[in-house]
Amino acid sequence: MQPGLVQLTLTVNGERRAVTAPLHHTLLEVLREELGLTGTKHGCELGECGTCTVLVDGRPVLSCLEIPAALEGREITTIEGMESAAGLHPLQQAFAELGAAQCGYCTPGFLLAGKALIDEKPAPNRAEIVEALGGNLCRCTGYLKIYEAVELAAARMRGGRVEATPEALYGGA
Amino acid sequence: MMRLPPFEYHAPASAAEAVAVKAAAAPGAMYVAGGTDLYPNMKRRHQEPEALISLHRVAELRGIEEGADGGLSIGATTSLTEVRGHPRIRASYPALAEACRLISTPILQNMGTLGGNLLLDTRCNYYDQNYDWRKSIEFCMKKDGAICWVAPSSPRCWAVQSADSVPLLVAMGAEVDLLGPGGERRVPVFALYRDDGIVYLAKQRDELLTRVHLPAPNGWRATYRKVRRRGAFDFPVLGVGAWARFSPDGIVEDARVVLGGIGSAPEVVAGAAEALIGGSLDDASIQAAAQAAWKTGRPLDNTDFTISWRKEMIRPTVARALGDLRDSR
Ligand SMILES: Cc1cc2nc3c(=O)[nH]c(=O)nc-3n(C[C@H](O)[C@H](O)[C@H](O)COP(=O)(O)OP(=O)(O)OC[C@H]3O[C@@H](n4cnc5c(N)ncnc54)[C@H](O)[C@@H]3O)c2cc1C
Ligand code: SF4
Ligand code: FES
Ligand code: FES
Repeated sequence: MQPGLVQLTLTVNGERRAVTAPLHHTLLEVLREELGLTGTKHGCELGECGTCTVLVDGRPVLSCLEIPAALEGREITTIEGMESAAGLHPLQQAFAELGAAQCGYCTPGFLLAGKALIDEKPAPNRAEIVEALGGNLCRCTGYLKIYEAVELAAARMRGGRVEATPEALYGGA
Repeated sequence: MMRLPPFEYHAPASAAEAVAVKAAAAPGAMYVAGGTDLYPNMKRRHQEPEALISLHRVAELRGIEEGADGGLSIGATTSLTEVRGHPRIRASYPALAEACRLISTPILQNMGTLGGNLLLDTRCNYYDQNYDWRKSIEFCMKKDGAICWVAPSSPRCWAVQSADSVPLLVAMGAEVDLLGPGGERRVPVFALYRDDGIVYLAKQRDELLTRVHLPAPNGWRATYRKVRRRGAFDFPVLGVGAWARFSPDGIVEDARVVLGGIGSAPEVVAGAAEALIGGSLDDASIQAAAQAAWKTGRPLDNTDFTISWRKEMIRPTVARALGDLRDSR
């Protein structure tokens, strides 16, 4: 294949999308520039921040270091695909309730990495959450609210009506 | 915005086809596995290959199999996540699972491969910068320039071997298969490296790393210890791989201590083996081995942290690694 434009069929958020893009553009660039999906954020571009995280076949990867031509036939999920007809994903709901997003720039990446963790381990403990989110940087929240939001969402997804504790909402007693 | 430079793209379906495509491509063509080393480097214009030969369609390069000799054989493009999570590796080669856990971040481990880790480009504070940064101080000799900013009177580059699996695999005596246009050969991991920051691999240009072979897990133990600033993301400023084989009554029959994150190649500390062999891994022999490693390791000022602190960390880190071998007995 020569340098220049390529025609690809990518499966993004369950839809097959035909796209023509420069071969050397990353998935991050093609999502934002060709597909208009700007929910995936553009940070360091070098793998050092995690804000560009998307899921490929359910696993988190960094879209700034993926070449779309290698992803034909794979299921790509971006933040735009996290909400369903039933409404926000429980993790999105928990982020909103607990204030786990401040400026919001890191949030799409944390939400997708957190969703992948809960899908794999429905009852992650704090150490597992810290490790799984270790590839996503946040400069605002100090991380605690994010960890608590993952715990809250995971508890709700296991069943039952779980409310945020006052400590999580307002800080320790 | 840092885009990749344009390239031709090939996605062969077999290892033999990959080698043939590579041999026929322009001299600067490169293989790419996970791309987590190569793509950032290309964005910074460290590497500007005219063509990329992607290995993602080559199924035979992926996966973990029992070796003929009771060891284990790991396909080069097996992801770090798969390596660290594999039941056989967790049970029989826990040090390798641990070394992979300590690489980059869990997300990058989904992308990065074991083969790519072995062939990781060497690193330096004056090199791992974008094009404009490097240009602004004048390029160094590793790419585009003529001088070394770390050792300006030096005729060579001192960029650092920084792959976490390497000191461990060298210590364990692991081997790799290299498939070239003229056939396949098996070499010890140690023989892959040259003590030069620029031409850091002894592999021939078109050779494809196909498999990593781990020795049968009997009679020996191994460990890996890493020093870095943060608990994720950061490359090692010191990596210690240690391995020892014991007699039934607990005497060290053979041992290797290997330092990474210091020189351009992994460094085997001969004095450490001398201090350990024939003894029972008691405190005195561990201290003597740690002292030998401290003497061997000469960091230069081209990674995170000060050189003096990095040098000081050699002694306690080697001692802790050898302590791991004793404690897991
Ligand atoms: C933010 C960040 C942090 C990181 N932290 C660490 C760290 O702490 N420790 C660490 O060790 N690494 C780290 N890495 C580097 C990298 O992610 C890993 O080393 C990874 O294992 C590289 O594998 P890869 O498949 O992505 O390699 P690639 O980028 O695909 O390839 C690396 C090199 O090997 C060549 N190559 C790859 N596979 C083959 C093959 N089968 N045959 C022949 N040539 C081949 C490529 O041409 C290239 O030169 C980090 C990277 C990033 C972006
Ligand atoms: S060691 Fe010297 S030549 Fe090598 S990358 Fe660093 S500054 Fe450049
Ligand atoms: S933009 Fe991809 S990791 Fe920062
Ligand atoms: S909310 Fe601002 S960086 Fe995380």
